[in-house]
Amino acid sequence: MAETSQLAPRDAAWREELRKAINAKERGAIPRVKMPELDPAYRVTCNEEVNQGLTMEQAQLEATRCLDCPKPTCMEGCPVSIDIPGFIKNIQRGDITMAARVLKATSALPAVCGRVCPQEKQCESRCIYHKMKKEPVAIGYLERFASDYANSHDEEMASEEAPAEKRGIRVAVVGSGPAGLSFAGDMIKRGYDVTVFEALHEIGGVLKYGIPEFRLPNSVVEKEIDSLRSQGVEFVKDCIIGKTLSMEQLEADGYKTVFVASGAGLPRFMGIPGENLIGIMSSNEYLTRINLMGAGQSGYDTPVLEGKSVAVIGGGNTAMDSVRTARRHGASRAMIIYRRSLEEMPARVEEVHHAQQEGVEFMTLYNPIEYIGDDKGHVKAVRLQHMQLGEPDESGRRSPVPIPGDIIEVDVDEVIVSVGVSPNPLIPNAVDGLEVSRRGTIVVNDETMQSSIPTLYAGGDIVRGGATVILAMGDGRRAALAAHKALSGE
Amino acid sequence: MFEVIEKEQFSPKVSKLIVKAPMIARSRRAGHFVIVRAGDGGERIPLTIADADPAAGTIMLVVQNVGVSTEKICSLNAGDSLTDVVGPLGKATTIPTGKTVVCCGGGVGVAPLLPIIKAMKAAGNKVISVLAARTKELIILEEQVREHSDEVIIMTDDGSYGRKGLVTEGVEDVIKREQVDEVVTIGPAVMMKFVALLTKKYGIPTQCSLNTIMVDGTGMCGACRVTVDGKTKFVCIDGPEFDAHKVDFDEMIMRLKSYN
Repeated sequence: MAETSQLAPRDAAWREELRKAINAKERGAIPRVKMPELDPAYRVTCNEEVNQGLTMEQAQLEATRCLDCPKPTCMEGCPVSIDIPGFIKNIQRGDITMAARVLKATSALPAVCGRVCPQEKQCESRCIYHKMKKEPVAIGYLERFASDYANSHDEEMASEEAPAEKRGIRVAVVGSGPAGLSFAGDMIKRGYDVTVFEALHEIGGVLKYGIPEFRLPNSVVEKEIDSLRSQGVEFVKDCIIGKTLSMEQLEADGYKTVFVASGAGLPRFMGIPGENLIGIMSSNEYLTRINLMGAGQSGYDTPVLEGKSVAVIGGGNTAMDSVRTARRHGASRAMIIYRRSLEEMPARVEEVHHAQQEGVEFMTLYNPIEYIGDDKGHVKAVRLQHMQLGEPDESGRRSPVPIPGDIIEVDVDEVIVSVGVSPNPLIPNAVDGLEVSRRGTIVVNDETMQSSIPTLYAGGDIVRGGATVILAMGDGRRAALAAHKALSGE
Repeated sequence: MFEVIEKEQFSPKVSKLIVKAPMIARSRRAGHFVIVRAGDGGERIPLTIADADPAAGTIMLVVQNVGVSTEKICSLNAGDSLTDVVGPLGKATTIPTGKTVVCCGGGVGVAPLLPIIKAMKAAGNKVISVLAARTKELIILEEQVREHSDEVIIMTDDGSYGRKGLVTEGVEDVIKREQVDEVVTIGPAVMMKFVALLTKKYGIPTQCSLNTIMVDGTGMCGACRVTVDGKTKFVCIDGPEFDAHKVDFDEMIMRLKSYN
């Protein structure tokens, strides 16, 4: 597998020249690029991607801001350790194809990650500019720029890909979400025969059914999957491991290793009165109907309820995706109801900001305690308990505590419950002797992602509970490295 | 794509399809269902596997035309294909041995009941099947049910075939006549509700197979949730079979009208 340093070595002459060309002070004086985006009034009328991407000029100027640090701390903030200065300096010198190759060397889905990673908590949080009280380099925007460029210049990219020598060893991947795709990408590069099994009728997991078009177009996901396909990864859809095909059958079919990345698809409900009224659904159901099934578009049979006054319960990215989707599907009033305050919200800062621009109401420090229905069993109101912040809990966040007697009622005709997910029990139930935690996650070695069954590795949300795309990808990468070592003896 | 090998029209609205799905045919057991999608813009709907032939690699689906998707599926002919068939899903039926079991089904509910009847009989139970429909033409799979039952009672609303009356009347006659250890019921929710009320009165353990709205069928979304014994359960992974005496049928019937 190509080392990133070989693709874009820091001591290359061109890179030294770039460093000398402009001094640090001048670089630091360039303001951080602003992402061009669709006007809020227009974008709530459609599903078009809000962020429009950088132009070549914007990207090269932003890339110029990067100081090309000798010890780039940004890379420590990236769960898959992308050679960040290596790709950014290639953008600066105008070799975008090479920038994309540097990205692809460590990340199977850079066009996805550039869009959905919480960079403010990862790579960009470690940029040297913070120490100088300046805004960090827009690493995510640049990652997206280089990947989109490469995806629209397929031939140029393809001509540079050298196929790996085949080893004749089959490995199976359960689930085609970010963890599974990342594992598949790394293993195919190492010469294994990789088959990815997906339960749904489309490949991509949460990237397809969860994250909406206006944040991550399906065409972008499809491009990344096509790239894996062209490298030789086989995809089998409509196949549930543990149901359609047993683990024993996989072994009998010659698969030497299985990587389980089946996700944490099981939505949590709060168990409060009235939660099964019509019009109350999980964010998974709501987003799946719209994103995967095309509900609301002509030519698609799946229906979806369209509320005028919609409450979304929760403060994560899924809640933001749901509430912004509701705005685009006819909700004149769309509310986020979150039991803590805005500062504690786990959602990406950019998504919260976009939601605010789009007219979403934020009712923070409120927690639903009961839903009230009409005579047909349709939700018509929610009772909310006002909260205040108490002592910090185990996670370090201050716990919300009810203010006695302070309860309000809000009229709603649709509620999307987005209070988290649990690991899907299908796989844990289907594998004898697999060690599973009390929460239902598969227990693995943190370094190797190996489970209690030596040939079974696992990663992503089935190991972590609900987490992020990039953490899932990092797991896929670590599992691939460990599985490769075990299979090859290297 | 999953090819339709054979098609039979049971009645103007009810079709039987034999579909090529070798992996599903091999791993399915009584009680399992599949999620089916017809066409690229099609929705995902659940259908019980009425029978399977592992050697031929086929499964049997019985579909009643009640809406957009079932109409598409019912219009398929041999040689056409379903876009997606995924399964087997849900938990398999628990089959007792050496008991007297009444299996009662209404309308197309007889199709999902058939594999349970077969498994009950094969496990050495005495099987009394009660089939019900509005009228004679809507009684399906009678021959297959007879083949695997010790006795078959047929009830029609209009008395055009068998006895005139509801399924519950047929079941109650058996209960009054002999010791019944277990009842299995599959059909419209309202029918299962009244079977459950009847058997509860007699204290006979009763399993029902619920047919709720579903999307993915793998536990991912909760569209199929029902209240069983006061707790929220997902029909697709916790069921589809539940203790009929513990199901909140009124809530389920209400939720089935979500998109009406």
